[in-house]
Order: sequence, then structure tokens, then C-alpha cells
Amino acid sequence: MANTSYQLDFEAPLRDLQERIYQLETDDQDSASARDELRAARKALLDKTRDVYSHLDEWQTVRVARHPDRPMFTDYVDLICDEFVELHGDKFFGDDRALRTGFAKIDEFKVMMVGHHKGKTLKERNECYFGCAHPEGYRKAMLKMKKAAKYGLPIICMIDTPGAYPGIGAEERGQAQVIAESMLEMSRLETPIICVVIGEGGSGGALGIGVGDRVAVLEFSYYSVISPEGCAGILWKSHDYAENAAKALKLTSRHLERLGAIDDVIEEPTGGAHRDHYQMAARLKMYLVKTLRELTELPPDELVAQRYEKFRKIGMYLEEAASV
Amino acid sequence: MATGELKENRDQPDNSDDPLLGDEPKKHRAKRGVPSGLWLRCDDCGETVFRKTVAENMSVCPVCGYHMYLSAADRIRYLLDEGTFEEWDGNLMPADPLEFFDKKAYAERVVSEQKRTGLRDAALTGTGMIRARRVAVGVTDSAFIMGSMGSVVGERLARLIERATEQDLPLVIVSGSGGGARMHEGILSLMQMAKVSAALARYDEAGGLFISVLTNPTMGGVAASFASLGDLVFAEPKALIGFAGPRTIKATIRLELPEGFQRSEFLLAHGYIDRIVKRADMKSEIARTIDYCGK
Ligand SMILES: [Zn+2]
Repeated sequence: MANTSYQLDFEAPLRDLQERIYQLETDDQDSASARDELRAARKALLDKTRDVYSHLDEWQTVRVARHPDRPMFTDYVDLICDEFVELHGDKFFGDDRALRTGFAKIDEFKVMMVGHHKGKTLKERNECYFGCAHPEGYRKAMLKMKKAAKYGLPIICMIDTPGAYPGIGAEERGQAQVIAESMLEMSRLETPIICVVIGEGGSGGALGIGVGDRVAVLEFSYYSVISPEGCAGILWKSHDYAENAAKALKLTSRHLERLGAIDDVIEEPTGGAHRDHYQMAARLKMYLVKTLRELTELPPDELVAQRYEKFRKIGMYLEEAASV
Repeated sequence: MATGELKENRDQPDNSDDPLLGDEPKKHRAKRGVPSGLWLRCDDCGETVFRKTVAENMSVCPVCGYHMYLSAADRIRYLLDEGTFEEWDGNLMPADPLEFFDKKAYAERVVSEQKRTGLRDAALTGTGMIRARRVAVGVTDSAFIMGSMGSVVGERLARLIERATEQDLPLVIVSGSGGGARMHEGILSLMQMAKVSAALARYDEAGGLFISVLTNPTMGGVAASFASLGDLVFAEPKALIGFAGPRTIKATIRLELPEGFQRSEFLLAHGYIDRIVKRADMKSEIARTIDYCGK
């Protein structure tokens, strides 16, 4: 388990147990009783971790989804892909670092990888605007995805953004326009598309690369129409109500699945992806390879027709018998 | 399917919840709606004008030409040939899939909005004639929960677009939405953006002509889906149009926003809309465009 410097309050009992284990490990372990104690402490930590993580509420889930140690796009690329050949630029304005694209190999598949990246160091996070892409990011993604369809490469989109960037330049360069076009184009690309929310699925910025044949969400990721803070600011008139908003928005993987908005939930390792990058990457890879095998069997027109029907069915409303 | 008379909506939209409009336009906000009855204060020039004169002028300020709020029913009245509107899918009603509750239950909010506006949800859709040309038409009303798109708006628009595709009709959608995707229906609202955009992709492939008309305000998930996908995009003058709300942007960049930011004229200058069209000319401009495109 990673020794994380970033702490979540509800993980306090886990930290105490972890410290106890470090203590025991550095102590003399010659006696059988010391070894028994260490074993018991490790078991207690595992049990407690399982316990805490099986009862995460919506707001706690949001905070896990935002955990700085949570694996990001580049981690998955390193751990899942045999090769990644980054392709830069939207051939129009620039190269958005918050949205990355490139050729990649995953087992027997050659694919186009597309993903938000939040950045690891402060410098990188600033370059990436903390994962908030500008219009050039979505234009780049759209361009590379079209190339992928042209050359028969399946597309994998990894979604991890608080939202598309809200700024003057972003508006001047058509943020609304590019997100709309990206959804429209993705809906008709004749190649398999798998979208996975790996952390934050923030609103239109997420959906801008989110129209696929399969939409999956990692267990402790969230996907929402608006950030809990944004929603709280509007409906409760204060960001302090983000917790209430998170609960009301039903933005966790299980709710999303129940509402029919996503296709699959990918389980995370005990205690969340941030505790075990390797395990998480292995599970994600298994899901991707299995799904790629299924989707590449289908003829492209069939794929596009099914994708349309899938999104077409989303929504809940009442329909009165038509009056004549 | 219901045909004919639509209940006229005389209420001004309640924007008190609106993140975008709460401080926009700010000049006369405190006075909004105060001079009731015979008089009305223009949000843009601040002049007190005769309500009846405004109403006779398509809710355009007779002093400065500012395009004020117009209900969906009135928009249809001004856009279509008299008596030609036939409503489609008027039997769709909002559900409460999230059992959403903020300070007020969504289910109650829906009922009170329905009472106040005479609408079942934020969109009216159907067919009618524009100077004797049959069209499929959709209008969102910014008075109903900020004109936001939930499942009903998404479904009605998707059905509208599919019917326009089947019947080879030109499609006109007039957007008025400060709310974008409706928070109260959570992820389902967000997904309506993809659903409607996908329907427009098919319409496009079938060779359809989609004229998108942007009115004040067109923001968030509505701007970032169907509203921006017109083959031709028209906007009424001075409409607020954009992805992120001015307040959100201001809070993020901590700078004052330039004069006229996110207004129709700003979007025209940056290349995102084809024409700014005055309300009084909209019908003729749309008819002319349909003719140019041979539809
Ligand atoms: Zn005026």
C-alpha cells in the first residue's frame, strides 16, 4: 500500500492502524507473539479498509475520486499499454496538455488513446489546468478520433476532469461549439469506442469525450451533470453545501448504473485505486481487452446503430395516454 | 396529440436561482418586475415603458430595441403562420428519477413551475408552417426551471429531430436556456446532450436543414449541444450565449470580463454564429434560408 501524504478524514482509523503496523515492523519481531500481533494488525487494517470503503457516501466518493494519489491517465498508459505514441495538436490553435491523445498497443490491439490528464507536479498541474481542457483539447481529440476511425483503430477515452475550463479564451475559441460537435461526431464514428471515467466525470467536459459503445465508471469515480460545489452554489447559495449536493445528484457508480446512464462499473482494489495502482490497472486492462474483443466482432454500421440506441434510451419521464 | 391554443404565459421568468442571470444584467436587477401592471422597466436601457407597447412590439423595448423575455407560446405565435402549429409529444411529463431535494423537492418545483408558466416542461415541439413552408419546430422557454434540459426536453427534441428526419422537414429550434442541463435530473440530464446531438448527426446525414436560433440566454449544456449544432445559427441581438456562466468565469480567472463578453455580437465577431437577426425579421429570414437551401 502506498504511504500517502494526502489524508482523507474518514481514513483516520486506517492511518492509526497503519502506524501501529509500522511500529510493529520496526520493533523486534523475534518473538512469536510479536509476529502474531503484526499479523493481527495487518488483518485489522484490511478489514477496516474494506469496512470504510464499503460504506462510502456520495461526498466521500467524490473526495476519493479527486485523491491526488489516484492513478491518472499517464499512469494507466504506463501500466496498461505496451507502447504509447503521443500525437499532439489540434492543427488549429495549440496542444492542450489537459487532453492527451496517441496511438497505443494493448495486448493484441492497436488503439487510439484519448484522456484527460490532471498533472502530477504543481508545474504539470498548471500546464494541465488541473485537468480542465480548452477547446483545442476537444478539437485535438475529435481530430485524432476521426483518424482512428479512418484507419480502423478502436478508441479508448479515459475521463478525468472537474469540467471543461471556464475562461475568456475558452469561450472565445468555442468551448460550447467543440463539445457539441465532439458528441455529434463520436455518435457516428465507425469504430469501437470505450469510455471509462477513471476519476472525475465533470459535466460537459467529461461527456465531450464520453459518447461510446461502452461507458464504464471505476467504482469510486463520479460522473455528474454539475460539480457538487457548483450545484450547492446555485441551489443552496453556498459551496458549503457540496456534501448535500453530492448526495442529491446521485453521482456515484452504483446510482449511475441503476439510472441506466452507464453500462459497467469496474471494481476497485480494497481501499480504492489510490492504494494499489497495479491492481487497478490490471482490472481496467482486463475490462478493456474483454470489451475490445466483443466490440471488434461487430460490423461498424451495427456498432453505430447500437450506440445510437443506447443513448437514445437514456432518460426517465412520464407519458400520459395521448388525448385525442 | 393536442392541437391548437396554447396557454399564454405572461409571467416573467423567475431567475432568482439562475447562476448566470443572477447578476446579469445587473444595472436594474433590484427593480426587476417592480413596476407591475401597466409599466415595465427595460433591463438594458432602464427606461420605464408601457407594457402594452412592449407586448405589441414582440417584447422588444421600444426605446432601445432590447429583446426581452418571450414565452415559448409567443415565440411559436410570432414564428409560425397563424393556426398552423400542431404540438407533438405534449403528453410527456417530467418524472423525478433522483427524488431530488434541495431547499425544495424537485417534484414540488415542477408543479409550481407548471402552474406559473402553463407549460409541462421547458420545451414545446411540433410542426407548423413558416410562410407556407412546413417545418419541425422546437422552442425552449427560459421561464421553466431556467429553460433547462432534463429528460422531457431531451426526449421531445430527440423525437422532433427523428420525425423531421423521417418526414424530410426543415428543423428550427429556438433556444432559451440559462440553466443548460437540468441539475435536478442529474446524470440523465447530461446524457440528453449526447442523445439529442446523436439524433442531429442522423438528421445531418439525411441531408436535413437545421436552423438553430439562439435567444437570451443560451448557456451550459444547451449551448454545448443542439443549440451550437445548427447548419445555420442565428441569434437575437445582445443574447447571452456561452458555455460557462460569467460568474463562474469571473470566480475562476479573478479578472473583470470584457464589455459585451458572451453576447451575440461577441459570438458573431468570434465566428460562431451566422447572423444576428432581430425578432421582427426572424420569420422572414428563416423562410429565406429554407428557400436558399432548397428545402
Ligand atoms: Zn430598452
